[in-house]
Amino acid sequence: MNSDQAKTSFTFTSASLKKKFRFSEFFAEKLITSVAFLSIAVIILIFIFVFRESLPAFRPRVKAKIEKTSSVAGKPESYGGSEAAAAQDKPESYGIVKDTALSTDVRNENGNLVPSDNRSEEGTLSSLFTSEWYPVSDNPRYGLIPLIIGTLKVTIIAMLFAAPIAILAALFSSAFAPPWLREWIKPGIELLAGFPSVVIGFFALMIMATFFQNLFGYETRLNSFVGGVAMALAAIPIIFTITEDALTAIPATYKEASLALGASRWQTAVFVTLPAATPGIFAAVLLGTGRVFGETMIALMATGNAALSGLNPFESVRTLAATIGAEMAEVVFGDMHYGILFLIGSMLFIFNFSLNAVAEFYVKGKLVRKIQGR
Amino acid sequence: MSIRIKNKLIGGTIVASSALSVVLIIAVIIIILIVTIIGGKEKLSWEFLTSFPREGMMEGGIFPAIYGTALLVIIMSIAAVPFGAITAIYLSEYAHEKSWLAQTIRFAVRTLATVPSIIFGLFGLGFFIQFVGAGMDNWFLGGQLRWAQPNILWASLTMALLTLPVVIVSVEEAIRTVPKDLREASLALGATKWQTIWKVVIPGSISGIMTGTILAVSRGAGEVAPILFTGAAYSLATLPTSISDQFMNLGYHIYVMSTQSSNVDKTLPIQFATTLVLLMLTFTLNLSAVLIRSRLRRRMK
Repeated sequence: MNSDQAKTSFTFTSASLKKKFRFSEFFAEKLITSVAFLSIAVIILIFIFVFRESLPAFRPRVKAKIEKTSSVAGKPESYGGSEAAAAQDKPESYGIVKDTALSTDVRNENGNLVPSDNRSEEGTLSSLFTSEWYPVSDNPRYGLIPLIIGTLKVTIIAMLFAAPIAILAALFSSAFAPPWLREWIKPGIELLAGFPSVVIGFFALMIMATFFQNLFGYETRLNSFVGGVAMALAAIPIIFTITEDALTAIPATYKEASLALGASRWQTAVFVTLPAATPGIFAAVLLGTGRVFGETMIALMATGNAALSGLNPFESVRTLAATIGAEMAEVVFGDMHYGILFLIGSMLFIFNFSLNAVAEFYVKGKLVRKIQGR
Repeated sequence: MSIRIKNKLIGGTIVASSALSVVLIIAVIIIILIVTIIGGKEKLSWEFLTSFPREGMMEGGIFPAIYGTALLVIIMSIAAVPFGAITAIYLSEYAHEKSWLAQTIRFAVRTLATVPSIIFGLFGLGFFIQFVGAGMDNWFLGGQLRWAQPNILWASLTMALLTLPVVIVSVEEAIRTVPKDLREASLALGATKWQTIWKVVIPGSISGIMTGTILAVSRGAGEVAPILFTGAAYSLATLPTSISDQFMNLGYHIYVMSTQSSNVDKTLPIQFATTLVLLMLTFTLNLSAVLIRSRLRRRMK
């Protein structure tokens, strides 16, 4: 190769200056490019497969394949036995749902006489928009209303706590804290992002639930309030980091102009920096909402998991994500319930995807335009 | 009241409340740490870490859960780190910043980072188990059930997809700290682009690849939702011996013990100790990543 170069490097013709074709270079570039496609491919595959598996919800007569059911049968070591015991010992986490499901079974057998082989094929899909979520009964009903209400309740409560606290903390870190303190605050709060959600859920279940019950004296120990506050802990680091970045990205000239006009530091921070960073803060809140919306482990452990549709914040709720997490292990693969759970998954995915897309395109474009003054 | 005093008052309130928010967040972090340490420290011992659960989870240790978690993050890293690093190299070295392909990949990576973890679990079930696994069984084993069921391979691959954006972001950040001069010097000496990347860029960003791996491992060790139905088991008598076995996992262990075990109160010390182990693991990993990263940022300045 060296001699090769020596020969050509003395005469600079247009042919010798042309980029030489090297197979290894070509190969490396193509390989790296195709690997980079993986992320796009994964997103598309998630779309396709989560939807594909939700098809049984629309084709009720699909027979569950035997080979698939046997893989469920192989699973009881992970769930089976503990399930019944859980219903007795820990009503707050499972019992309520099971109990109501049982009682409707009885009513249906005595009163309505629903034949069990006719699993109400046309009734189930139309029950999607009712307020009854009884997936395991002879007459299964898959009303998503209580789940949606539960999810919204928890999300709103979580954001009511997380957004103000995280934004104020970001304001302090970017505007008021001395530089040496700032170097500590940011990584400190980001450590919270590293806490596994199952640990936050455990903390909420064991400590926060009791603490808040003693404080407010409500009845059900696990409810949407406890779950919401716990999820706020998961959302705070996200909102904080993005808001902080948005605040520090505001050009120094803005602040200097404000200070030069005689405004004090807090006036500059509140009336100049904060409004200039609104699109970024909006994006932060959107992404925080997405995180709470899809959070599963905290919802499973701290919200009580009863599909109630009341508006009282101190009532147990069951969120969409928690429903998937709790029930997927018990369903027969390929049947209606299975499809409905995947349908819920598709809903979660689409919702999160759109939140992210809005945060990405609308907000970022606006932020850039605002800073550049166009 | 003069405007001056009023202004001072408002300003004071705003500064105080924002400072209070920071204190509140830090306090919660410290409370979680302290509560877990107090609740778990008496049970935590060498024996607890190295022994099997006994008497239906009431006694004994969590060794299988630790082993399963370690296996999970190792297989996950093997899958996620190379792909993540290569994507990062593409984004920073090959792609034109404004090209639609680079923009789309960036958007996909950010989307991947915000997809709820339970969706990854569903995807693992629908794609790896029901599609790939069932396909493998049909083609290679003639319909015999082996791969079309939850196991540690599918769980690890699902987790790898979840942690892919973590790796990509930190590796790319590290690659950007490698000075342009070094690349130009290498190219001027006659090295090709790939030689420059292999001999200059990658060695220069090795700490970033390390941070990315550490963060991914920490994330993978703590997530439970993706493995709920792709391979985690509550209780196994033996350690997994092949990648088609199910496995126990620290986070899943905490979840099941605290919500579904038959005697929650009696196993409380075990739960706290398990949480302590998991928290210490992820906390240490994150802390070291933060330290490496801050050193990296200082180098950049």
